[in-house]
Amino acid sequence: MRIPLSWLNDYVNVKDIPIQELRSRLDLAGLEVEAIEAIGYPEAELPWDPDKILTAEVLAVRPHPDADRLVLVEVNYGGAENEIVVTGAPSLYERKGESGLHLKVAFAWEGATLYDGHKEGWSKTKLKPTKIRGVPSRAMVCSEKELGLAEEQTDIIYLPADTPVGVPLVEVLGDYILDFQVKGPFGHLQSVYGVAREMAAIFRRPLKRTPVEAVQRLGLRVVEQPDFAYLEIADPDLCPRYTATMIRGVQIAPSPLWMQMRLSRAGMRPINNVVDITNYVMLELGQPLHAFDYADIRPHPGETQPTIIVRRATAGEQMATLDGELRTFDDEMLLITDGGGPVGIAGVMGGLDSEVKAHTQDILLEAANFNFINIRRTCQMLKLTTEAGARFGKRVDPELALVAAARAAELMVELAGARVDPVAGDLYPGKPEPRVIHYSPALADRVLGVAIPPEDQLRILAALEFRVEVTESLPIPGNRDHGDVWRVTVPSYRMDVSLPVDLVEEIGRIWGYDHFPVTLIEEELPPLRRNVSLEAEEHIRDILVSLGLDEVIIYSLSDPEDEARLHPDPTAKLDLPGERVMLKNYLSPERSQMRRTLLSGALRTAWSNLRFMERIAIFEVGHVYFQMREPDDAAPDTGVDEPRRLCILLTGPRQGRWYAPTDREMMDYFDLKGIAEALLRSLALEDKVRWAKGQHPSFHPGRCAVVTVEDRELGVVGELHPLVREAFDLPEQPVVLLEWDLDVLLDAARQADAEKKIGTISNYPPVYEDLALVVDEAMPAAEVQRAILDAGRPLVTEALLFDVYRGEQVGAGRKSLAFALTYQSPGKPLDERDVAKLRERVIKLVQKQLNATLRGA
Amino acid sequence: MNLFEVLEQAYQTAQAALEAAEDTATLEAWYADTLGRKGAITLQVRAVGQLPAEDRPAFGKRVNEIKQALEAAYTARAEAVKHAELTRQLEAGAIDVTLPGRPVTPGHLHLTTQSLRQIYSIFGRMGFEVYDAPDVELESYNFDLLNIPEYHPARDMWDTFWVQHVRNSPTRLLLRTHTSPGQMRAMRERYPEPIRVILPGKCYRYEQITARSEHQFYQVEGLAVGKNITMTDLIGTLTQFTAMFYGPGHRMRVRSSYFPFTEPSIEVDMDCILCGGKGCRVCKYTGWLEIAGAGMVHPVVLKNGGYDPDKWSGFAFGFGVERPAMLKYNVNDIRYFYGNDLRFLRQF
Ligand SMILES: [Zn+2]
Repeated sequence: MRIPLSWLNDYVNVKDIPIQELRSRLDLAGLEVEAIEAIGYPEAELPWDPDKILTAEVLAVRPHPDADRLVLVEVNYGGAENEIVVTGAPSLYERKGESGLHLKVAFAWEGATLYDGHKEGWSKTKLKPTKIRGVPSRAMVCSEKELGLAEEQTDIIYLPADTPVGVPLVEVLGDYILDFQVKGPFGHLQSVYGVAREMAAIFRRPLKRTPVEAVQRLGLRVVEQPDFAYLEIADPDLCPRYTATMIRGVQIAPSPLWMQMRLSRAGMRPINNVVDITNYVMLELGQPLHAFDYADIRPHPGETQPTIIVRRATAGEQMATLDGELRTFDDEMLLITDGGGPVGIAGVMGGLDSEVKAHTQDILLEAANFNFINIRRTCQMLKLTTEAGARFGKRVDPELALVAAARAAELMVELAGARVDPVAGDLYPGKPEPRVIHYSPALADRVLGVAIPPEDQLRILAALEFRVEVTESLPIPGNRDHGDVWRVTVPSYRMDVSLPVDLVEEIGRIWGYDHFPVTLIEEELPPLRRNVSLEAEEHIRDILVSLGLDEVIIYSLSDPEDEARLHPDPTAKLDLPGERVMLKNYLSPERSQMRRTLLSGALRTAWSNLRFMERIAIFEVGHVYFQMREPDDAAPDTGVDEPRRLCILLTGPRQGRWYAPTDREMMDYFDLKGIAEALLRSLALEDKVRWAKGQHPSFHPGRCAVVTVEDRELGVVGELHPLVREAFDLPEQPVVLLEWDLDVLLDAARQADAEKKIGTISNYPPVYEDLALVVDEAMPAAEVQRAILDAGRPLVTEALLFDVYRGEQVGAGRKSLAFALTYQSPGKPLDERDVAKLRERVIKLVQKQLNATLRGA
Repeated sequence: MNLFEVLEQAYQTAQAALEAAEDTATLEAWYADTLGRKGAITLQVRAVGQLPAEDRPAFGKRVNEIKQALEAAYTARAEAVKHAELTRQLEAGAIDVTLPGRPVTPGHLHLTTQSLRQIYSIFGRMGFEVYDAPDVELESYNFDLLNIPEYHPARDMWDTFWVQHVRNSPTRLLLRTHTSPGQMRAMRERYPEPIRVILPGKCYRYEQITARSEHQFYQVEGLAVGKNITMTDLIGTLTQFTAMFYGPGHRMRVRSSYFPFTEPSIEVDMDCILCGGKGCRVCKYTGWLEIAGAGMVHPVVLKNGGYDPDKWSGFAFGFGVERPAMLKYNVNDIRYFYGNDLRFLRQF
C-alpha cells in the first residue's frame, strides 16, 4: 500500500521528522514500511536541486523572432528580473501573444539536472546555457517527464494557482511515498487517514482534522427510504449497512493535477473526476465506494421508483462486470441488484451497464459494508482481485460508510460541479454494539513482564481512541490480577480488538518493545526428555559422513514420471507400501507428488552432478509419504504415513585421479556393501543382519540383495538395472544403490545397544590356519562362513573368506571357498592337539550340513 | 733399512690405504691385504726369525700393537663407510614432498543439517527439546486451530499446497506452510506439563521458485508454555540465541508485528551483517535484518491446545534455517540448498 507522505501531512504534521527516523519508528510500532520512494528529495533517483529548480509564474508569451514553432516566455521566478525562456511547449504556444498571465510552472536554471524529455527511457541531462535560433536561453519550464513524474513527454506541468513563486520545487511537489506492508485483517490501516491516526498516536501529535466533519459541512441527513430510490437489504447477514447518496448534475472531466498526482503516487491511474473521487476517498478513508449512473438503475417492472436490492445470487445467475467479463455466480455470492437484475457484485466490482459514462449526469453513490469473509470467498471463487474487494476483505468499519459518502459528495460538488440531495438513504441492520473490554492494567505486566505505569497505559489507550473508564472494581472471570479494572470501549474501526490481551499489544507496541528489559524464563523446567529418534538419525549421518559420503537433502515433492522410470517395464509399476499422496495444486507436474521412495531423487542428483564430476558417493536420510492402508493408532492422525528412509548411491571410479596409478575401477556392489557393513558394524548389527539374494524391479537381476535384521526387512542393496539407468539418462557404468527403512534400522540398533556386552579380549597367542571347502555353486558364502563359526564356537573366533576358486580341480557346479581361520582361547594357549581337534569338528559338521568337501582331500 | 723400519713403513702404508677406502669392497680388500692370512702386516711376523734373539720380543710386541691399532682403525672406518653408504642410498630414494597426497574423499554434512545442529545445541542448553511433527498436515492444525479460519485474511500470509483426498484422512490435508502446527501437537500431547520445545522441519509454500524463495525450506519453531512466561522472557531467549548463533556484539531490535496465533506479536531484527547497519540492498536500506517472528501464544491457541489461558501463558517464535547460512556464507541463491550441487555442498 503506497501512501504519499504529503497526503499523511494533511492529517498529522510529521514534516519535521527525518524520513529514516520516521520509518524506523513506524516499523517498531508495527506499521512496517517495505520501501520508501523519494520524489525530488536527495534520496530520489532525480533529486531536484533546491537552488536551481523552483516554482515560477509565466507572465507573458511572445513570438520567437526567428522560429515559427517556438515562443518566448516571460517568467517570474522570484528573482530581481524576469527571465525569458525559449520553449515549444504546446499549451504555451497556443497562448502566443497573451500577457498578464499568472500560470504557475516548474522552472529550472542552467546547471540543473533533469531527465531528457525527448529521449526514450530515463536519461539524465544537465541544463546548459544555449542559444535557440539566435535567442539566448539559460533556463526552462519543465514537463512531468523532465522531472521524473511521468513516463510520457506531453506538456509542461502546471502547478495550482495558489502556489508561491520562487520556492524550491521540492517543497511543493517533492514527496516520499511510503510503501506499507500491512499483514493481517487490519481494515483500519488500509487508508491514509487510518495510517495518519496511527502516526498521531505513535508520535504523540494531534490529528489536524477528522473526516466525520464532512457530514456536518454537507448537512447530510439520512432516512431508511430516500425519495430517489427504494432500498432493501435482503441478506443482512452479509450486508450490515447500505447507504445511497444522490449526486446530481456532475460534469465529467479530468480531475485536478493535485488529485491525479496523489492517485498516481498511490498507484492508481487517474480516469475522470467522478471515478477519481471515489478512488481518492477509498484511499483516503479506506471505504470503497461505487458510483452508479442513476439513469441505469431500473425500477421493478410496473413501478416507477428505481430500486436497489442487496441479495444473494441465485446459483448460475450472470452479469457482465466493468472489465467486460461475463461472470457466473453461486448462491453464496452477494449481488447489488435493481429492478431488472444484477448491477454489481457487492463490494467487489460494478456491472458494465450501470458504470459512469462520459455523458452521465446523475450518480447514485453507494457506500456500504459487507461481510469480509464472504467478500474474500467471492474474490477467491471468481479469481477476481480488486482494490475494493481487497479492502472489504480486510474488514471495514461500517461506521465509515456515511462519512465516506459525505466526503466524496463534497468533492463532487467541489470538483465536478455537482449538487447533493440533502437526504441520503441509509439501511443499517448490522449496527454493531459498542465493544467493551474489562481490562486490568496488571495484565500488561503479566503478559509483557514489564510494569508499564497505569498512567502510561491510559495515555496510550486514549491516543488510540479507546475510551477508558476507571470504574469500581469489577470482577473479571478468571482474573488473577488484583487492583483496578478498567472499562475500555473499543473504537468502532478497531475490529481486530476484542480481548484484554489485544489491549496489552496496543500498549506494548506504542510504549515500545525496544525499551523492554531482557529476562530469561524463571519457570520450573519441564520434564526433560531426549529425542532418541533424532539423536539416532544424526548418529547415522555422522557414520556415513565418516565413511566418505556426502549428505544431500532432496525435495519431498517429486515427479510421478520419475517413480515410473524406476520400473524397467513401462507397463508395470513398483510395488510400494501405500498409495501416493498427490497435490491438488502444484507448480509443475515434476513437483506434484510426495515421494514414496528416495531412489529417484538420488538418481536425479547423480545425473545432475555427473555433468561436473566423475565420482558420486551420496546419502540421504529423509521421509517418504504414503496413504495409510488402514487407520493406525500409532501413525499420524493425518492418514498419511511418513516413515524415514536411508538411501545411499555410489557411482564412478573407486579412487580419484592421481599422478601415479590409482584404483580407477568403477565402484560396484561390493563397494556399497562394504559401506553398508561398516555402518552395521558401527551399530553393532553385523551379526544380526542376514544378506540374501533379492529381487527388485529397479535392480540388476542377480545383483541385488535383500537385507533383514532380526526378521524385519531392512531393504535392498544392489546395482541399478541397466534399463532404469538408461531411463534416468545416466552413463554406462555401474550405479549402486541402497534404500533401507531407517526406523527398522534404528530400532534394531537401539536393541543391539541395549544388549551389548563386551567380549573377552584374550592375550593368549592365536593360531592361524587356512581351510578350503568345496561346496555347490548355489551355496552362499555367508552361509558357509556362519556354519564354520557355529561349528567352531567359541574357539574359532574368525573365519575370513580370502579366495573363491572355480575350475577343473573342484568339478563342474562346485566352487572352492578358502577361509582364514583364527583359533584363540580366552583361557590358555592352544597347542597343536587342540587345533587339530577343533579342525576335525568344524570339517565334520560343515561336511554334514552343507555337503562340503575338503579341497585337496 | 732394518726390519723395524720395514715394519713401521708397512704400518704407515696400511694406515694411508685404510683412510683412502671409501666403500665396503675396498675396505674388505684392504683387510685381506693388510690383516688377512697373507696380509702385509701378518706376514711381518714371519720376519721375526731373521732378527737377533734379543730384538725378537720387542719386534713381536710391536707387530701386535700395530695389528691391534689397525683392527681398531678398521672397525671405525668400516662403521663410517657403512654410514656414508646408507646415506648415499637413502638420498637416492628421495621423493618430491610437494606432490599431492594419495586421494582420500571426506564426506560432508548438508549445510542445513549443520545449521540445524547448531540450533538444536543452543536451544538444548536453554532446556528446549526437539519435537517432531509431520510434513503432511491437517488443515485444522495448520490453520483453524491456530486462529486462522477459512477465508480469513490471515490465510493470505501463506500460499498453500493442498493435498488430494487421502482415504483415511479426517479432514482436508495440506503440506504444512510453517512449523506452527507442531505447537498444537506438542500442547495436546504434553498437557498439563509445562513445555519447552523447538520444532524443526520442512515447510512448503506454493510460490514461484526464485533465487530468494523456494517451495521447500526449513523452519524452526519454538514454544514455551508455563505459568508465568512473559514477553521479556521471549526477547531474552531470542537475544541469547542470537548471541550464540550469530556471535556476540550484535544489536537487536524488537518490532511490533502481526501473526494470528500470537498476541502480542513481534518480529526481531538484528543489525545487518552485510553492511554493519549502514543500509544495503539486502536489508532494504534499513540496516536491519529480520531474524525471527514471535509473540505470546494467543489465548485461543492456548485453549485449543488444552491450556487454560487464564492460568497459563507462553511464547512462540519461528525462523527460517537457510537464510542465516546464506548471510553467513554470502550465498545469493536459495536454490543451491536443495538443488544438491555437490560442488556447493562440499564447501561446508
Ligand atoms: Zn544491510
